[in-house]
Amino acid sequence: MEDNKAGHIGRVLHNATGLECTVTQDAYGMFCLELPVNQIYATLLALYRDPELGFNFLTDLCGMHDPDLPGKEFCVVYHVQSMTRRERLRIKAYASQDQPEFPSVTGIYATANWMERETYDFYGIRFLGHPDLRRILNMDEMVDFPMRKEFPLEDPLREDKADYQFGR
Amino acid sequence: MSAMKTNQEFLAELPRLARPEIPYTTLNLGPTHPATHGIFQNVLQMDGERIVHGEQTIGYIHRAFEKIAERRPFYQITPLTDRLNYCSAPINNMGWHLTVEKLLGIKTPKRVDYMRVMVMELARIADHIICNSILGVDTGALTGFTYVYQWREFIYEIYEEICGARLTTNMGRIGGFERDFNEIVFEKTRKFLREFPAVWQEFEDLLLRNRIFMDRTMETGAITAERALNYGMTGPNLRACGVDYDLRVHEPYCSYEDFDFQIPIGTTGDTYDRFVIRNEEIRQSLSIVRQALDRIESMENVFHADEEHYYLPPKQEVYRNMEALIYHFKIIMGEIDPPVGNVYHAVEGANGELGFYLVSDGGRTPFRLHFRRPCFIYYQAFPEMVRGQLLSDAIVVMSSLNVIAGELDA
Repeated sequence: MEDNKAGHIGRVLHNATGLECTVTQDAYGMFCLELPVNQIYATLLALYRDPELGFNFLTDLCGMHDPDLPGKEFCVVYHVQSMTRRERLRIKAYASQDQPEFPSVTGIYATANWMERETYDFYGIRFLGHPDLRRILNMDEMVDFPMRKEFPLEDPLREDKADYQFGR
Repeated sequence: MSAMKTNQEFLAELPRLARPEIPYTTLNLGPTHPATHGIFQNVLQMDGERIVHGEQTIGYIHRAFEKIAERRPFYQITPLTDRLNYCSAPINNMGWHLTVEKLLGIKTPKRVDYMRVMVMELARIADHIICNSILGVDTGALTGFTYVYQWREFIYEIYEEICGARLTTNMGRIGGFERDFNEIVFEKTRKFLREFPAVWQEFEDLLLRNRIFMDRTMETGAITAERALNYGMTGPNLRACGVDYDLRVHEPYCSYEDFDFQIPIGTTGDTYDRFVIRNEEIRQSLSIVRQALDRIESMENVFHADEEHYYLPPKQEVYRNMEALIYHFKIIMGEIDPPVGNVYHAVEGANGELGFYLVSDGGRTPFRLHFRRPCFIYYQAFPEMVRGQLLSDAIVVMSSLNVIAGELDA
């Protein structure tokens, strides 16, 4: 039954967008979907419009940075939910370090405005089509994107807390 | 007798200053305006007395919690969550613990769930006391505020008995509580349940049918359900628009399904509805606290899950017993690797859906931790809600939205 639900969401999305969508369900009951960047907008719009699925609430949008994934350094995670069906769907899309650009979903969700600004502020991910992509929590004069992994919180040269001392 | 005009109708008849040759006035509301109750700025464009456009500047108390959390073991993140919505810190603490438990697959005993529910509902009451009484202050009624505030103080005394802290509680552990509730907790909670409802009734009577209050709050800052959903609103602000979305019922966590309570919803989504919704939620929360208290007292004294890998062993054991010492060290130093995974867990905070998105790569600290802060998300709607209204309306709308700077800026 559970697999059917995930498959059903995938089929509905496929019918609406014509794109290949493999929806899975993770161990915690969350439906997961990984998409190429250029399909994000079409998919979210299809989810928003589909009256049966009802994924019309953007719960959360956040960025992620993993320098160890070449070509997929930046990730944007969208959490959408269907209040009527009590289901949540997590959509991930990756972009490379050279071109951290995503389509803005502010046209669908007004709430994406600040979420995308926050993601831009901390990761430098650019959202194309955003009406006002400025920093939001950090000061405007800042040049770096502080949540990127190249800014460690502690001095990496410090030796008194090295991993080997803890048997790691 | 002719029908009395509402304040709105009266104002609508006044001559307007809407002449194109007169430029708009820019008015800075905040960052340290006493009526913003927190440090955030609104740059308002005014046409005479009316607000044409508003723009918020936030981030004045941004403390980079998400970045700090990437360097801390799970235990040390709890104090960070205190400082999100500091008016109801225990809800944040429990929400974070529940998230970690979800990742680790820890099942807590029923009594622990009920203890958590009791504390969370007390926190919700404390939060709503603040919001609603401050709304009274912002409309000019200081008395009610000073009257009910001692009960918020009383809730803090209950926290103090549970965990030793008052505002930033850092309450509980992964898997339960650090100690059982003592007798004073039960006594004080009973006293609270006995005496607070009458006080709250009196406070409500001061405002609910008060002509000045009604004129100030009705039809101000109204938002439709559709717009509210599009803005990602949750919590009492969304329910005031008529959407019955409450995570305690929608996706029950922490055994909320065992309790009997109702979710009040409004119709118009204006400031008055938000006030009424919060009042009713206080009543429902009182009922939940009463049910939880009865169950806790009738159950055996279990206050944590048996989870030796994440729940700290008792201190006297640590000093005497080798194994306990090892576990203590390993837990404190974050030596026990959590599973790899992505977890999103949300609790119904006092302001709405408080979500934690935790990405674990199996290391001692989260690879990524994102807080879905309800304030940050719904405060976006503020300019739309006050457009065309008066400056004094903007004050009460902001107050009734319950924007908490700590949660806004993380």
